[in-house]
Amino acid sequence: MRVTLFVTCVVDQFYPEVGESVVNVLGRQGIGVDFPAAQTCCGQPAFNAGFTDEARAVAERFLEVFEGADPIVVPSGSCAAMVRNLYGELFRDDPELLQKAKAIGERLYEFSEYLVDVLKRPDLAASLDGSATYHQCCHLLRELGVDVQPKSLLGSIEGLEMREMEQAEVCCGFGGTFAVKFPELSTAMLNDKLDNAAATGADMLVASDATCLMHMEGGIRRRGDSIQPVHIAQLLDRATAEQESRV
Amino acid sequence: MRVRSAEFKKRSAETARDPRRQAALQMLYDGLHKGRIAAAAATDNWEELRVKGRAIKWHTIRNLDYYLELLEERVVANGGKVYFANDDAEASEYVMGVARANDVKTVIKSKSMVSEEMGLNEAFEEAGIRPVETDLGEYIIQLANEPPYHLIAPAIHKTREEISDLIQQAAGGPREEDPKDLTKTARRLLREEFRTAEMGVSGVNFAVAETGSIALVTNEGNGRMVTSAPRVHVAIMGMEKVIPSMQDLSTMLRILIRSATGQRISSYVTIVNGPRKAPEEDGPDEFHLVIVNNGRENLLKDPQLREALLCIRCGACLNACPVYRKAGGHAYGWVYPGPIGAVITPVMSGKKRAKDLPFASTLCGACREVCPVSIDLPTLLLRLRSDLAEGKAAPGERSSVLMERLSFKIWRFGMLHASAFGLGGRIASAGMWPISRRGWLRRLPPPFSGWTSSRDFPRIAFRPFRARFRSRGGG
Repeated sequence: MRVTLFVTCVVDQFYPEVGESVVNVLGRQGIGVDFPAAQTCCGQPAFNAGFTDEARAVAERFLEVFEGADPIVVPSGSCAAMVRNLYGELFRDDPELLQKAKAIGERLYEFSEYLVDVLKRPDLAASLDGSATYHQCCHLLRELGVDVQPKSLLGSIEGLEMREMEQAEVCCGFGGTFAVKFPELSTAMLNDKLDNAAATGADMLVASDATCLMHMEGGIRRRGDSIQPVHIAQLLDRATAEQESRV
Repeated sequence: MRVRSAEFKKRSAETARDPRRQAALQMLYDGLHKGRIAAAAATDNWEELRVKGRAIKWHTIRNLDYYLELLEERVVANGGKVYFANDDAEASEYVMGVARANDVKTVIKSKSMVSEEMGLNEAFEEAGIRPVETDLGEYIIQLANEPPYHLIAPAIHKTREEISDLIQQAAGGPREEDPKDLTKTARRLLREEFRTAEMGVSGVNFAVAETGSIALVTNEGNGRMVTSAPRVHVAIMGMEKVIPSMQDLSTMLRILIRSATGQRISSYVTIVNGPRKAPEEDGPDEFHLVIVNNGRENLLKDPQLREALLCIRCGACLNACPVYRKAGGHAYGWVYPGPIGAVITPVMSGKKRAKDLPFASTLCGACREVCPVSIDLPTLLLRLRSDLAEGKAAPGERSSVLMERLSFKIWRFGMLHASAFGLGGRIASAGMWPISRRGWLRRLPPPFSGWTSSRDFPRIAFRPFRARFRSRGGG
């Protein structure tokens, strides 16, 4: 079985190791990965900032690059939500593109959603010693309704103690250009998030979106917190690699 | 009321730094938000009620002219008077006229957000009439001479010490600290006002067209006093507050009250059917219903933004909103704060004056999740961003600076050409190299300095995923 990877612009450019982890984890499940090299971005940065024309041009290109790909896996709930939900808004006056967008949206899955809902593997028989707390990224949870899938993947890792933080479902304060336009508000939200994460005493802060992680990691570094930020794909990569080496 | 939304950035940043305000705002999450979640969970048919409530509101908004005319007809048949005010000034003028005609010296008020739009208290004072707010929260902020901080908890930002000072100033006598004593004192002061005021002004939670009734939801009973004790009662409503029938009212009350406070029902629900009729002993001699437009038609005439008129002002989106909980209510600069305020303030009061508000959101979706009528607030915010960023509707409304527009043009080019994207990334990565330490940057130039004021920023990887994928020979 093969999937097509939409790695996202942020993972490609800032967190390439997250993309490698996705390929590793899928490979261990017997899934091959195709990567269309023409891919760039889904258009969300411009759309969120109000630059609809720019967003539409980039989104149209996305539809061309991924035409025919099935299924498409994305290590980001936010980018998946852009394609699945918000392309409907972006192309609301263009029935043809709207139809195309809808079709692609139906074949596209966020990484944990794909593992649990499509592959039906909520437990990867993985193991890793340590403790972690999980931040629920907004778009994955509230745009896509993906809630239990990542939790079951994390909860099934042998040796990993999951500690729930207060307000785990509350936004970390990233919000794209929001973080730059309203730095005081964004930082105040981030500090609440990092305080709640630190209060669990967990070794790792896990999230499913590289953008939210970039925001939280930037804050962790500046504050000098000891918690390690990690993408769910990286955690599953380590935990399944350990299992492999034990065999 | 003066629109101060242009000061959002400054005022929200001040609140985010103020530990007293932050402690008060945190209570909204722990109290009202969690209460709303628990109330919904305890209601078997909650989602069904939401769907029903949304359908009732959509039906009414789509047939607003019909239901407003029906409402007018039934209110008049009940012996009341109806006045349609096109804007805040017209509405104020009418209310002043009623007050003058009845030689009113003191007006008692129960909560009305529309009266805040009108700046009604100032108008009364200018006319030499003394307005007294009777909702305890509204009473406190009237003493403090401030606008409400929240749709249903107007004085939530005030600490006990601040309230002690305010009540002492109003009552004289010794300073009280215990909330029970403070409430007793306020109650004693307000009793006298209830007894003597010549006119009552109330808001309207719902107006029922088929019976010509208005419904008020309160927990203090002040709404009942205001609508029944004085000789004259004036009720003020935004024109979207009408619903068709009493049966609809039962649905709307269920979702409103649970969403607002987490209660199954409020202590009081008052339904007013016009002035006192012949054999009745209680109630006012005159009943006036003022139905206000004041910019609501700007929402109504837009097929997408019209959805904001479904709002029943429960305040759940404020409590759920992590941005509101940092920015505080006053930062939004007009009557309606939080996510709903960020949508309706620019449209009702003029985009030019409130162009920051639609951008003051992370689009996290918490508001839509709790909205009793499921208003798609994030999408409405995106729509307004689209109107504002390029200033397409009116150049004076443009919210973006040249730098930002230019950046997105360059971004577009890069994203449309994968080779430029790859090359651009490498150039940027190399450029970041000398100023980064262990892969992270501590400072970026404006406009990105907003990020690095409190957070490090990662250097772009020199070998992006696409290069790594190629060299590992695929997956």
